[in-house]
Amino acid sequence: MKTHNIIISGFGGQGIVAAGRLIAFAGMTDGKKVSMLPSYGPEMRGGFANCHVIISDADIASPIVSQADIVIAMSVPALNKFQPVVKRGGILIVDSHQVTHSDYRDDIRIIKIPATRIAMDKSNVKMSNMVMIGAMISVIGSPSLNSMALSIRDLLPQHMQYLFDIEMEMLEAGMAFEG
Amino acid sequence: MEQKLMKGNEAIAEAAIRAGLKFYAGYPITPQTELPEYLAKHMEKSGGTFIQAESEISAINMVYGAAGAGIRAMTSSSSPGISLKQEGISYIVGSELPCVIVNVMRTGPGLGGIHPSQSDYFQAVKGGGHGDYKMLVLAPNSVQEMYDFTIDAFDIADKYRNPVMILADGILGQMMEAVNLYTPATEKFDKSWATTGTYKKRKHNIINSLYIKPEESETLNKRLQAKYKIMAQNEQRVEIINPDADIMLVAFGIVARVAKQVLDDAKSQNLSVGLIRPLTVWPFPSKAFKTAAKAYLTIELNSGQMVEDVRLEVNGRAPVHFLGKMGGKVLTVDDIMAKLKQIAGA
Repeated sequence: MKTHNIIISGFGGQGIVAAGRLIAFAGMTDGKKVSMLPSYGPEMRGGFANCHVIISDADIASPIVSQADIVIAMSVPALNKFQPVVKRGGILIVDSHQVTHSDYRDDIRIIKIPATRIAMDKSNVKMSNMVMIGAMISVIGSPSLNSMALSIRDLLPQHMQYLFDIEMEMLEAGMAFEG
Repeated sequence: MEQKLMKGNEAIAEAAIRAGLKFYAGYPITPQTELPEYLAKHMEKSGGTFIQAESEISAINMVYGAAGAGIRAMTSSSSPGISLKQEGISYIVGSELPCVIVNVMRTGPGLGGIHPSQSDYFQAVKGGGHGDYKMLVLAPNSVQEMYDFTIDAFDIADKYRNPVMILADGILGQMMEAVNLYTPATEKFDKSWATTGTYKKRKHNIINSLYIKPEESETLNKRLQAKYKIMAQNEQRVEIINPDADIMLVAFGIVARVAKQVLDDAKSQNLSVGLIRPLTVWPFPSKAFKTAAKAYLTIELNSGQMVEDVRLEVNGRAPVHFLGKMGGKVLTVDDIMAKLKQIAGA
């Protein structure tokens, strides 16, 4: 029985909640139990945003992640807030373009990936969340790439379907990154 | 069966449409706004009417009218908005009409905050409006239950000609989970009382809650109380885990989800802990409290409301402890474990 307790965090506008929704959707498509709890509040573009995602083989008790297996941090405040909740031996994935220096714990695995830079170079800055998801998938092997593709298709509104190929490309860029 | 990833608010909306909702009126408020948003988008296709009213008071009175016409009607809001609806709810009860009211609770008092809370428990189960009345109050704890309970709510309301409330909270409204979607077989209920036009073939039906003569008012009240007695006997719903445990947790809604996590931790630390989760908070599931537990711990996102009902049921046979959290934060597994250890050690 395997459970991934994930926190995705950054600032509003980076697609934090969209990323959580996508991972949960893909997890469901893989046949897993999933929950996704977004932060909601007055935060809009630029404010603090996070969401809790659980993907599990078993029924999920609480949807609230208090001890995370994986934290994705895309801003300095997000890193400061959620680095302490990574379980010992867990994984912290940091957008090293947004977070240039920090004190890191030595009892967790740190993965630094310049997701914003990669997204800006290859398509546009709004795709940095896909690069981060790709980095996560390459480490934990879930959700499957096939389910991710189905989920992106499903979640993109009709008039944005043209973004599908770019989204997949950014996802794969994240998966291929070796820091 | 079709499976979809949905927010709790959306699940209620979809379920209501499939249960035959034909009239909705409401006014936006966080954290329930996705509910009317979803209905605004999808209700027209199902042949229903969606109205964003000018106020919550207006919305509940529109629902009053629609219910009087015999169609399935619903309103939804979050705590401050539900307070505004109390007069209308009392009138709907007094007129013996069915409808569904959703409260996705946030913190209070006053405008409070937008984060999750369970501090409207008293308002929901003891009657927030005037007069001797009850609503059947369903307390879901997952997005699937938001869906299932909404479908049930319309049938229960029609069966008893009484409003039914779905008492959720900000987390349940906002979180996403997979939902199995289905369309229920529509039960037929007698609605010969509805004001649908006489066509000169029958006497006028009258929708009214005014009974000036004490005898008539007494008759109505006795009829309502007889109805509530039947509801209390037939409609109690509860989930019980580990009924033989030494300490029984009592929790509803989102807190019950945290409690389920606690059960796993407690087991690994050799604590004998069970859970009583009321699915109906009115009628309160009194049958569930005939356990041999040495202690009860009621956990809520308020200052201690349901705990009063727990104490009435336990009636001094065992100590009833309380752990609460106010202001929009949620009790954690650690909070509850610490309290359990304290109780077990005492």
